[in-house]
This record gives sequence, structure tokens and C-alpha cells, in this order.
Amino acid sequence: MSEVPQLNPDSIDPKVVESIILQGIPHCKALGVKVIEVSRSHVTLSLPYNPDLVGDPASGILHGGAVTSLVDSVAGMAVFAAMQKLQAVATLDLRIDYLKPALAEKELYATAECYKLTRSIAFVRARAYHPETPDDLVANCVATFMIGSSDKPPLPKGTKVPGVPA
Amino acid sequence: MSVDFETLIAEARAGRDFAPFLAAVPYFRFLGLTVKAGENDGELICALPADPKLIGNARLPALHGGVVGALLESVAIVQLIWSAETDRIPKIIDLQVDYLRSARPVETFARAVITKHGRRVANVRAEAWQDDPARPVAAAHAHFLLA
Repeated sequence: MSEVPQLNPDSIDPKVVESIILQGIPHCKALGVKVIEVSRSHVTLSLPYNPDLVGDPASGILHGGAVTSLVDSVAGMAVFAAMQKLQAVATLDLRIDYLKPALAEKELYATAECYKLTRSIAFVRARAYHPETPDDLVANCVATFMIGSSDKPPLPKGTKVPGVPA
Repeated sequence: MSVDFETLIAEARAGRDFAPFLAAVPYFRFLGLTVKAGENDGELICALPADPKLIGNARLPALHGGVVGALLESVAIVQLIWSAETDRIPKIIDLQVDYLRSARPVETFARAVITKHGRRVANVRAEAWQDDPARPVAAAHAHFLLA
């Protein structure tokens, strides 16, 4: 039995991605992740600077793990946006290059694009950067996702999806 | 606030107690990361507690893939600090994670093996598991800069 919500094919409501993040992904909520921009081709999320995520107290730079969580999350959201439905996906593999440290006191953005979607697999590239310097990357990532890894959509049962009839 | 990392790292290595070092890194405190000695000589095991804030899929439920990646990166760092001569925190260059099984929101363990310890770069493999080390939930391969 499929209970996969279909999304508006013309545009993805950023509120849908916000619902997934706030209700479906407790870790993103704990990190304070915010939705910046959502379209069928790209998704951008933000990780506000949080002293709890520091990996090196001497410099205040973020731990690579916090960057990994942001990048994995935005890559998954890009797959939902490209599929136009909230079918479960699971990360198969994720490769991140850490090009430079995420600076202290600065918000970190991550933008992802699902550049190839097949029936079973989604191929995604993502990058993390400070919004003031979008070309000076903090991290670059490629990831693959398995589509339909579970028959449960990525939202808690009973969650209302904006723009989708219940 | 100044933290004397070189002292904390040297003490961790001398006393085999990583707790003061882990407590000095805010992100390790956020994760609730702990370290214990492994079965093999010189091997360390990192553990992540079962904690709702580490969940990445509330519906399944499953741990967040980024958290599993963070655990693998962290165990690699801790193993490098333990094994290396330097008292600095190694800087990650790249990380590749293969997700092998869905990680349930339970206590999760990881260990790392240093494949090659060069003068400037170290090559590390790491594995994470839950109930059975023979059934890993994820495996990683990473490079670190030893500044």
C-alpha cells in the first residue's frame, strides 16, 4: 500500500521541506537548520552558527560532522524536490571534500542539486559555503541515494503536508 | 576561554582516559561521544548514546546519516591522536561513507584503522556498528592532514 504524498508538479512549497526538517528529521531541528530556498532543481538550507557544534575551541571552527549532517540533509531534500513526491530515500554513499574550515560566528549554507534521477537511484551534488562568499566553498560533496528504501514517507504519521490534500 | 589541547591530548594518551579531551570539544559533548579501549592492543572504540536528537528519520526511525558520518570521522580523529606523535587535532581533508544498513536509534559504536600514517597525511578506514561488529551499519575511508 502506497501512502506517498505527491507534490505540486509546478513548484515545491518550501513549507513542505520545512515540515520534513522540523517534524521528520529531529537532528536537523536540534542543529537549528533553516530552509532558505527550494525549487525543483535546487534546495538551499542554512546552519546558523552554534557554539555547541565547534570542533576546535581554539579557533571556534565547526566540526566536520556538523557540516556532514547539513550536507547529507540538503542532498536528501534535493532528491524529494527532484522526484516531486515524498517517497522514502536512504543515503547509499556520501563523499565530502573539506576545502576550508567553516568559520566561527558565521552562518553556513548548503545547496544541493539532484543531477540525475533514475527509478532506483538519485545522484546528487552539494556544496557548503558562507552566504557572503558563495564561490569560496567550505565543502564539496557528491552522494547517491536509494529511492523507495522504505514504504514509509519521510514524515511522522498524521503530519499535514502543505499544498497536499490530506 | 583557552583550552590547552596539547596538554589534554598528552594526558589522554598517557592515562588512556579521553574523557577530559572529549569534554573540551563542544561538538563531542553535543553528540555525547565516549571512548573506551578496544579488544586489540592500541585500538579505541567510540560510542554514541541512543539520543532522540540524533535521529534523521523519525518515521522509521533511523539515525541521521550525517551523525553516522560524524561518528566515523570522530573515531578516526581519536585513533590518530592516540597513535600519532603530534598533539594537534588532525584536520580532515575528505571523507567517503558507505551506508550499509539502516542505523536504528540505539547505542552505536565505531573503530578506526590507520591504513597509512605518512608525515603529512594519514589514510584511515573506519566502521560503525550497533549490536554486532560483524554487521556494520556504515564504513568510511578518510584522509587527514597532520599539520
